[in-house]
Amino acid sequence: MNARNPPEPGWFVGVEPGDVEAVARGIRDGHATESSDWPGRALESGFAEDEEEYYELLHGATIRAARAEVARRESADDRQLAHAIRALDDCTRTSNEIAERVAEWAGTHDEDARVDMEYVREVAEGAGEDPVEQRLSALATRTAELDDEADELRRFVERSAPDVAPNLSALAGPVLAARLISLAGGLEALARMPSGTVQVLGAEDALFAHLRGNAPSPKHGVIFTHEAVRGTTREHRGSAARALAGKLTIAARVDHYSGDYRPELEAELADRIERIRARDGA
Amino acid sequence: MTLPEGVEHRSIGGETGLATRGDPVYGEPTDGEWRRWDPHRSKLGAMLTKDIDTGLAGDDTVLYLGAASGTTVSHVVDFAGPTYAVEFAARPMRDLLSVAESRDRLFPLLKDVRSPETYAHVVEPVDAIVQDVATRGQARVAVENRQFLHDDGQLVLAIKARSEDVTRDPEAVFQDAIETLEETYEILATERLEPYHDDHLAVVAQPE
Repeated sequence: MNARNPPEPGWFVGVEPGDVEAVARGIRDGHATESSDWPGRALESGFAEDEEEYYELLHGATIRAARAEVARRESADDRQLAHAIRALDDCTRTSNEIAERVAEWAGTHDEDARVDMEYVREVAEGAGEDPVEQRLSALATRTAELDDEADELRRFVERSAPDVAPNLSALAGPVLAARLISLAGGLEALARMPSGTVQVLGAEDALFAHLRGNAPSPKHGVIFTHEAVRGTTREHRGSAARALAGKLTIAARVDHYSGDYRPELEAELADRIERIRARDGA
Repeated sequence: MTLPEGVEHRSIGGETGLATRGDPVYGEPTDGEWRRWDPHRSKLGAMLTKDIDTGLAGDDTVLYLGAASGTTVSHVVDFAGPTYAVEFAARPMRDLLSVAESRDRLFPLLKDVRSPETYAHVVEPVDAIVQDVATRGQARVAVENRQFLHDDGQLVLAIKARSEDVTRDPEAVFQDAIETLEETYEILATERLEPYHDDHLAVVAQPE
């Protein structure tokens, strides 16, 4: 083979044409900074006899690669995501709870004891001979590990939520998207909800207190964590929550029934929120 | 007449419109080998119906960005040469795969059009790029994919104003897009796609 500037490898370099798995992997994982006359180079290198054969191999390989990737992405399912977000919440809640215990216990001999993860990690480091210190440090180590696992789970949710629900994740952020799916009991259940229900998901206690007649109606549930609601002044928050819930509901429906990404939803939401906030100035 | 070779106006089922020769894909009316190309469902179909000179000749090598479920792509393959179809969403890709199975010169790629380096190891330099993506920064996508186009190649682009900014006047959105395109392309023609597609601008351009 000739070598003016060692050329970047095409999808077919280093694989046997008959090894369909390897060929598909070349399509999926390969990359190049520049396009090149790949058919010509494939013939030169003997990967294919002629153009006809090259395109036949390429056809088989691209279909195989795309099909495998579609299957992988579609197996990212809403149930797994719901479990992950619940596990994340459990880890966070439990590690905070034990961190308090660690601080309280450590406070008996360390006057600088504080309730935070940084302090817990300090305690985990210092294991002396003393049996009390040993227990305390072991407990702190487990607590820190639980906190690490919460971080891992969060990263997992951030990675997989956009596969499960691309539009909802883009609009709500992956963590809130996962939380909504979890509270609704699945993406399909969320997609079938009226937006008024989505608006108060996570505020069930307040909602039922209201329905019993002794409390005002809740304006928002977990969607409160969204900037569109939290960043809006109190008197307009109800409107903002209603607008946000409406767009999230549409996003969930697009994700469940069609699956393609519609970036205009984000722009529409931004526009609605901007107009709600502008009411102040009027 | 500026239709590429292999695309004709034909009367099918009492209605005259564009048609190409190939296996039916989405329940479109057919007449023998010919099948109707519905301009309402395809921006490229709308361009050809409106007699915009796309510069597509027939038999070109094509890079199609934003293939979706393959409605338009299937017609493109009917008249063009090897066609690389890039689509990033998994669900439409499933439909595109079934279109590709019966068309041996159609190569589906599940890739993000904003990252050309993830498919530059597969896609050869082409005679035409056809782009119809619903993402913000559509003009930027065309600029970044310029590397795939032969110097005398043709960019055929549909810009959807609502994908950029729903609140702005479409004309202003199109103006910005044109300015971005002019970094690397010479604009040959622009035309709105009404009545087939609202707030869409067709752009035909060549590398500068």
